[in-house]
Amino acid sequence: MIGDYTYVEFSSILAMQGFAGLSLFSVFVLMALGLAIIFGQMGVINMAHGEFMILGAYVTYFCSLFFQEYLPSLFGIYFFIAMILAFFVSGALGVVVEWLMIRHLYKRPLDTLLATWGLSLILQQFYRSVFGAREVGVTLPDWLLGSISLTDIIDVPINGLFVMAITLTITLGVAFIMYKSTWGKQIRAVVQNRTMAGAVGINTKMVDRMTYGLGCGIAGVAGSAFTMIGSTGPTAGQLYIVDTFLVVVFGGAASLLGTIASAFTISQAQSTMEFFMSGSTAKVLTLLTVVGILMLRPQGLFTLKIRR
Amino acid sequence: MTDENSENKMNITRRHMLAGMASIPALAMMGGALKASDYPTAAVNTSGLAVTDDTVTVGILHSITGTMAISETGSVQAEKLAIEQINASGGVLGRQIEYIQEDGGSDWPTFAEKAKKLLVQDKVASVMGCWTSASRKAVLPVFEQYNGMLYYPTFYEGLEQSPNVIYTGQEATQQIIAGIDWVSETKDAKSFFLLGSDYIWPRTSNKIARKHIEKLGHKVVGEEYYPLGHTQFNSVINKIKLRKPDVIYAIVVGGSNVAFYKQLKAAGIDMTKESPLLLTISVTEDEILGIGGENIDGAYACMKYFQSLDNPNNMEFVKAFKERWGDEIVIGDVTQAAYLGPWLWKMAVEKAGSFDVDKVREASPGLEFNKAPEGYVRIHENHHLWSKTRVGLAKPDGQYELVYETADLVEPDPFPEGYQ
Repeated sequence: MIGDYTYVEFSSILAMQGFAGLSLFSVFVLMALGLAIIFGQMGVINMAHGEFMILGAYVTYFCSLFFQEYLPSLFGIYFFIAMILAFFVSGALGVVVEWLMIRHLYKRPLDTLLATWGLSLILQQFYRSVFGAREVGVTLPDWLLGSISLTDIIDVPINGLFVMAITLTITLGVAFIMYKSTWGKQIRAVVQNRTMAGAVGINTKMVDRMTYGLGCGIAGVAGSAFTMIGSTGPTAGQLYIVDTFLVVVFGGAASLLGTIASAFTISQAQSTMEFFMSGSTAKVLTLLTVVGILMLRPQGLFTLKIRR
Repeated sequence: MTDENSENKMNITRRHMLAGMASIPALAMMGGALKASDYPTAAVNTSGLAVTDDTVTVGILHSITGTMAISETGSVQAEKLAIEQINASGGVLGRQIEYIQEDGGSDWPTFAEKAKKLLVQDKVASVMGCWTSASRKAVLPVFEQYNGMLYYPTFYEGLEQSPNVIYTGQEATQQIIAGIDWVSETKDAKSFFLLGSDYIWPRTSNKIARKHIEKLGHKVVGEEYYPLGHTQFNSVINKIKLRKPDVIYAIVVGGSNVAFYKQLKAAGIDMTKESPLLLTISVTEDEILGIGGENIDGAYACMKYFQSLDNPNNMEFVKAFKERWGDEIVIGDVTQAAYLGPWLWKMAVEKAGSFDVDKVREASPGLEFNKAPEGYVRIHENHHLWSKTRVGLAKPDGQYELVYETADLVEPDPFPEGYQ
């Protein structure tokens, strides 16, 4: 007996809490990755990140409607197609936004904050006018519903596992692009020294545009995945934006590894504390801890070692 | 029962009289429409309201932009429908209702500003509006200062009673006590886990719930609050699994709702098995649209109105609502309460024979409305409505099936003794 619980109960709870923490971790990584690329690599403070996510969620919603109506036999796999579409739709919007707005503001990073915040308001009202103010429910294929019962108490949610798998795939994909591909090298070159990168023949403007598009596309995939665990509505993006920035800033803006480490720290801390105290208190404590650490290490957990 | 019979008769005659026309509640037909010429403007409007010989202007004040638009859209639709129906049946004191709609923009100071504009500049005779308690609290001083009349539709935490507000939704005890009695009697529930979003309504409601649960001799095994917009409920779901309550009493709102029910289902809690049973007071048919019927199948909700209510009034209402706003639409508890506002105002005005707010206020207590979709309602001295408490079982198609209703109307008690 530990406290009021039997030993079996206690170990089950440890297992389930561990899983809850991991699943929160993958959610954090997924939502922060796109922002980490945009904020970390380009220095653009993208307040409209949540709205790019919700665009992905809406794409998923319309995909589910389309498949129900016209291709019911393929409904089981629509989610994969929806995610790919979400990537391209959000990414395309990102490219357009970069061309119309962001590229004029590279020299004024703080103004990007205001501009993208305005963009987020515009997008929210756009969704509201076009898709309606009410939340929509995305129907999931049956195989994504429910849980795997390991013991009487332990149930592992299937959609949680699925989100983890997506997160892993996308993280590996991003790592590959950033560190192995030519394009990734170009991105990193531009980040470290824009003038020199231009001098050796890299089209820095195109690199910027594509990087922004990539970040927004990943946001779209994240939004698509979150239809499984959260709500889809015009303002649902706002639910994620604070946590997203928290993860990216805490991790150290320019480092993908930092983002992952910070997502891990915050998610584990939060889910453990939520178990032992009330949700609101846990949130307050998490934020206080993050503020405390950032006061000691303003640059975040990890930083790039570059000569300035 | 005699009441219902006469309603049926009325409906049949009406169907003949008005074949093809959008439904007009029979009430208006009973006495025949009043003629404006019998009520000279100077006599019915001594306080300078926007009343002419053939029109009267009211205000509609809800959020149609911002976060709350999702919830308030239904209320706006219901109020407009009621106003159109009243106009089609001859108006109020023979005058057609015109409305000025203002957008509160989900921002409480904006609500106050727009309320002032409606009362001071537009001189509206009454206002249908507000949804959240925060917006109501923001406009309250304005209504009291300029002596306006607000018809407020949402179920809320109580602890308020203003001479300038008619509360057409339930206050907390009307929504909570009968539901807990029901679940402990018929489902033999002994232990409860209280859960809510972290603001005044869920906290006050859970306080009342806890008092009542303990009074019945049952146990509260947990009480938890999560910030508005919280989307990760895995930890609390684990906690619920461990404490094994008979009932999860959930007052989660907004986007969090969707996350909570999806994750509850994914964590292997099948609500149709009722162990634990889930009882909520914050999920109407409107919210189920976002949650998805399959995710909340088997939950119980305690409300005063469900779209599926099987009575002639409601069938008329649902039919008219769908004709006006589209077949896909669903109608939740608050939407119905919003629909009552214009009707109750019309009745008060006609009883008083005047649009003056003071006279309308005097005429309001004791007013009876037979044609409410929820059934018969009556305005209490304390400006709330007597109404029944009902429990519905959520079905996969997103509708509730009525499983219980109180035998009598429940008296509104905004300041419950011993519950604060």
